[in-house]
Amino acid sequence: MQDAIPVQSAFLTLAGISKRYAGVRALEGIDFACERGKIHAVLGENGAGKSTLIKIIAGVVQPDSGTMCLAGNHVSFLTPSAANAAGVVCIFQELSLMPDLSVADNISIASPPRRFGLIDVRAQRRRAEQLLAEIGCEDVNPLMRVRDLPLSRRQVVEIAKALGKRPQLLILDEATSALTSADVEKVYAMLARLKAEGVAILYISHRMHEVDALADRASVFRNGRHIETFDKGARSTADIVQLMIGRDIAAQYPAKPPRKPVKPALTIKDLSWEKHLDRISLCVGAGEIVGLGGLDGQGQKSLLLALFGVLRGVTGRITVDDREARLGSPAAAKSVGIALVPEDRKTEGLMLPMSIGDNLTIASLNTISTGPFVDRARESAAIKRGISRLQIKIGAPDDAVSTLSGGNQQKVVLAKWLMTEPRIILLNDPTRGIDVGTKQELYRLMRELADQGAAILFYSTDYDELIGCCDRVAIMYDGRIVRELEGDQLTETNIIASSLNVHAATPVRAGAAHA
Amino acid sequence: MLDDLAIRARQNIGLVTAVLLFSILYLLYNMAHPKGFSSAVLVQNADEIFALAMLAMAQTVPVLASGLDLSVGAVMTMVGCLASYLLAGTIGGTPLHLEVFGLHIGLGTFPGGTSGILLGMAICVAVGTFAGFVNGCVVVYGRIQPIIATLATGAVYIGIALFLRPTPGGKIDDDLNWALTNSLGDFAATVHIFDDGAAAWFAPFAWIPVPFVLLVLITLLVWVPFRRSVLGRAVYAVGSAEGAAFMSGLPIARAKIAAFTLAGFFAGCGGLFLAIQTSSGNADIPQAGAYTLNSIASVVIGGTSLLGGTGSAVGSIFGAMILRVISFFFRIFDIAPLLQPLFEGLILLTAVSIGALGVLRVRNTLELFR
Amino acid sequence: MTTVTLRLSRDDRPILIAALFILVILVAGTLYTFARFGSAPLLSPTYLLQQLQVGAFLGIVSAGMMIVILIAQIDLSVPWTLAAAAMMATSIGGPLAIPVGLGVGLVVGIVNGIGVAYLRVPSMIFTLGVNAVMRGLMVAHTGGYAPQTTATELMRTLAADRTFGIPNALFVWAAVSVLVAVILQRTPLGRYIYAIGNKESAAYLAGIDTRRITVICFALCGLAAALTGVLLAGYSTKAYQGMGDTYLLPSIAAVVIGGTNILGGRGRYLGTLVGVVLIVLLNSVLSIMDMPEAGRQVIYGLVIILMLLVYGRNERVTS
Repeated sequence: MQDAIPVQSAFLTLAGISKRYAGVRALEGIDFACERGKIHAVLGENGAGKSTLIKIIAGVVQPDSGTMCLAGNHVSFLTPSAANAAGVVCIFQELSLMPDLSVADNISIASPPRRFGLIDVRAQRRRAEQLLAEIGCEDVNPLMRVRDLPLSRRQVVEIAKALGKRPQLLILDEATSALTSADVEKVYAMLARLKAEGVAILYISHRMHEVDALADRASVFRNGRHIETFDKGARSTADIVQLMIGRDIAAQYPAKPPRKPVKPALTIKDLSWEKHLDRISLCVGAGEIVGLGGLDGQGQKSLLLALFGVLRGVTGRITVDDREARLGSPAAAKSVGIALVPEDRKTEGLMLPMSIGDNLTIASLNTISTGPFVDRARESAAIKRGISRLQIKIGAPDDAVSTLSGGNQQKVVLAKWLMTEPRIILLNDPTRGIDVGTKQELYRLMRELADQGAAILFYSTDYDELIGCCDRVAIMYDGRIVRELEGDQLTETNIIASSLNVHAATPVRAGAAHA
Repeated sequence: MLDDLAIRARQNIGLVTAVLLFSILYLLYNMAHPKGFSSAVLVQNADEIFALAMLAMAQTVPVLASGLDLSVGAVMTMVGCLASYLLAGTIGGTPLHLEVFGLHIGLGTFPGGTSGILLGMAICVAVGTFAGFVNGCVVVYGRIQPIIATLATGAVYIGIALFLRPTPGGKIDDDLNWALTNSLGDFAATVHIFDDGAAAWFAPFAWIPVPFVLLVLITLLVWVPFRRSVLGRAVYAVGSAEGAAFMSGLPIARAKIAAFTLAGFFAGCGGLFLAIQTSSGNADIPQAGAYTLNSIASVVIGGTSLLGGTGSAVGSIFGAMILRVISFFFRIFDIAPLLQPLFEGLILLTAVSIGALGVLRVRNTLELFR
Repeated sequence: MTTVTLRLSRDDRPILIAALFILVILVAGTLYTFARFGSAPLLSPTYLLQQLQVGAFLGIVSAGMMIVILIAQIDLSVPWTLAAAAMMATSIGGPLAIPVGLGVGLVVGIVNGIGVAYLRVPSMIFTLGVNAVMRGLMVAHTGGYAPQTTATELMRTLAADRTFGIPNALFVWAAVSVLVAVILQRTPLGRYIYAIGNKESAAYLAGIDTRRITVICFALCGLAAALTGVLLAGYSTKAYQGMGDTYLLPSIAAVVIGGTNILGGRGRYLGTLVGVVLIVLLNSVLSIMDMPEAGRQVIYGLVIILMLLVYGRNERVTS
């Protein structure tokens, strides 16, 4: 049941908006409204139509039918600049910054202050400093090239850039996903301020606790339709998830088997690298899912890369199945049975223009070759197996992998690695930007693989996931493992405390008895 | 404040290196030269550097937009051949005609004298600019990759050059040749300004080679304003991240077309000077190819990345000067002419491999694959 | 009733269009010769075979160039690798002539590969430098004149003679073609080449030794250039300065006209074959027409642009 917003007080109204892409209905007859001075969350799985909706509002694409009204006037934005001119500003998931230009240049990229027809560099710099100060991030030097900034700072610049356009309607599409927790607080403060000034805010996020904290109203979309809009607190998280998926979810996480002594498949001793890893020692047993937790940037990603042979100058000892492993390259890691599902599937996990079949088999061609040639029959059998095992929704194996949704693309990456029959599987934040339905399938799959004997090392930025999936979680701080949590100790409080290194206690070893 | 300086220095390290390298090399050259540090040597060097410096500037702009222009040498040659018709400067004008499939078509008389020369120069530069504009349109509206598009248009331009001058020939006004290829004093004397160059306040400047002045003027009046303009910055943005530039509402098509048009302008200037310097028009295909490839080398040595988004035409000028100075060294050290190409090649290879040292320091191999 | 739909993949379309254009050239040329000479030499098998024989040289170079373009690189050292292989082969003479010539190509290719893959110097600029070095070496070696030594018997046989009425050079070209097509379509190496051309970082993280494969690709291109040099020397019985210069740009054009993406990752070898035939026929028709060099250059450039316009342009960049 939809709580209708009285038309007069709505700032943005959509009526009957529809959009179809090559036969697929992305949006179907959407009626939607949002008000000034409110943070309105937009929720839904990938493929639900949120991105398309946002792109239409922001002027990146045009709807096939339907109307849009802004402050009572009919509008139709043919380009992002037209939307900006009307006060509609969007911060996209894919950053719109130019890495080789400076922060000041990027913030004032579209209409910089001018003098005698040329760009006024000093005024531009002052503008950048002022906008960054409004978010509370004065420490960013406007002269720096965006390329030289860490990802979280780049997102701050993106937000400052949006702020500079003085939005009446601000749309954030997963805009805080890479921010450090400190910066996230500053952004929340900025959003609160904008709310007070009467700016309408649309917020897309997959992080439930964020939505809980910020949103005044929320709308759920599913399969291109607007399902329901409700006020803060009117629906529980379970209700919301059900609205998004449209079916009952029994349990979010698969059951964990009882703890028993395990044979270590992967042993790491005193692993160090540059300033990012400091004498890491960890065991992962066959059949175990071990999680890596802690604040962002404490070395978790570097650890996974080191275990996959990507980093040079790594000292320490890595043992796989009782044999020391020299991991000088990903090829070497692959040959001892290690697999890595990387951070960015679009540039590190897949060759987007190539077919689904080619992407699936690229890491295991030696297993489907006879002599020097690729055996076509074995190849198509392997492809079929891979697709069905992970239930990847595709048109045909010859389609380019770029046509798949984010969740299905991630499944292709995983299926590719499963074809190499790995004994150790490293996962680098695999559920980032994935819809709830696929996430659940991935959790189930991880447990299945562990039960079949694989050792899994799983990095996630989501505490719920770590608690729900992992047998053990190693919390990292400043490149060291400060605590290992398991069983009853594996709680959100303990994770957070260890992430902040509040407990200076000795790390708890796997299998040790404890009170 | 110091913080800012440090940031700027780090960002422009390529340019700074090129300037330093050139300064050292040129100093050594003059010290080793029997007539070093003299106006005569300076003038001769400037004459030999100008065309390549212009082509290096030409190549820089499309490279900044993450493209490439393989037709700069061809545009230079075409404009040079055109100039050999229009800059004869004879008082009664030059009769022009077209020979096409055995038909002789008279085109009237092109004006002579100073006004004729100025008009001729303007037309030549305009033709070069237009050729660049055509390149830009083929790339943007034809949606063809720049390498292939300019490969093809380059062939067309060379064809036009050959059509204009099947064999080398033509005439350039002698005064024009003298004025532009010597020092400011000679220029003033030829053009009859500043008391024919004898004016007292002018004396400290009289030794400066004219090509050098032209280079500085063109950089200051054309490149610097372009770089500081919104369109110029859009060129950098397109080269850095085209998708992001689109999302930011920048005029991508206009920026790319502007980049190629400016390249045509610089290449036209280079061709014009080359014709004036050699007093003839020569549709030399190997020379056009050599200039094009050397322009790419100059851009790289000058610190501009072939991937686009960073760099400057000023760096490319220094890159061109470094390349030329190296060949000057051969002259004075009397290297056997047979060995000169080998040394040139080895030095070029070493120069572009210097950047490889950075690779050895990379600790995360993923950074190697950008 | 079942209906059969013919779906032309993106890679097939350019090949078909190029093949059609070859027909157009043949028809136009024949009309011209008919009108002017009253004969149709273009349609005579002898003439066509003769043209294909000359085309074999461009064909072998283009095969090598295609491999390098597929991994998103380019090899500008082809001209002087070709010449150096020819000059060294004729200098050494005897039974070692061909192995030495090919060896030159192999070494140059490996050096190129190391520079591009391990030193990470952009291929355009590194191969440019290598080309200059090869030129320097050959100038120093030969004293700047055309080498006086002649090609060996075997070289001449391979390049100029015929077996069963078909020029041997065509057999060599066919062998190279089969090898390249098989590598690209049927072997893991071929898959790795396409993967690297599409996204080297993803290929690297899939456990592929991308640097070693890059070296292999440049080595193959160097070998192809060297083989062409050896054959050319056999055909003309001598090597000469600058003999490779006219093969660089046409080989790139042939690869691109055949539908291979200049940015790498996409393209079929059949396309390169068709592209070579197109260029060779175009050249011969223009010769018959007595077209001066100026006209040839212009037509050459316009044909490339026209073909690419017809193939369907690149996607608009929106995100």
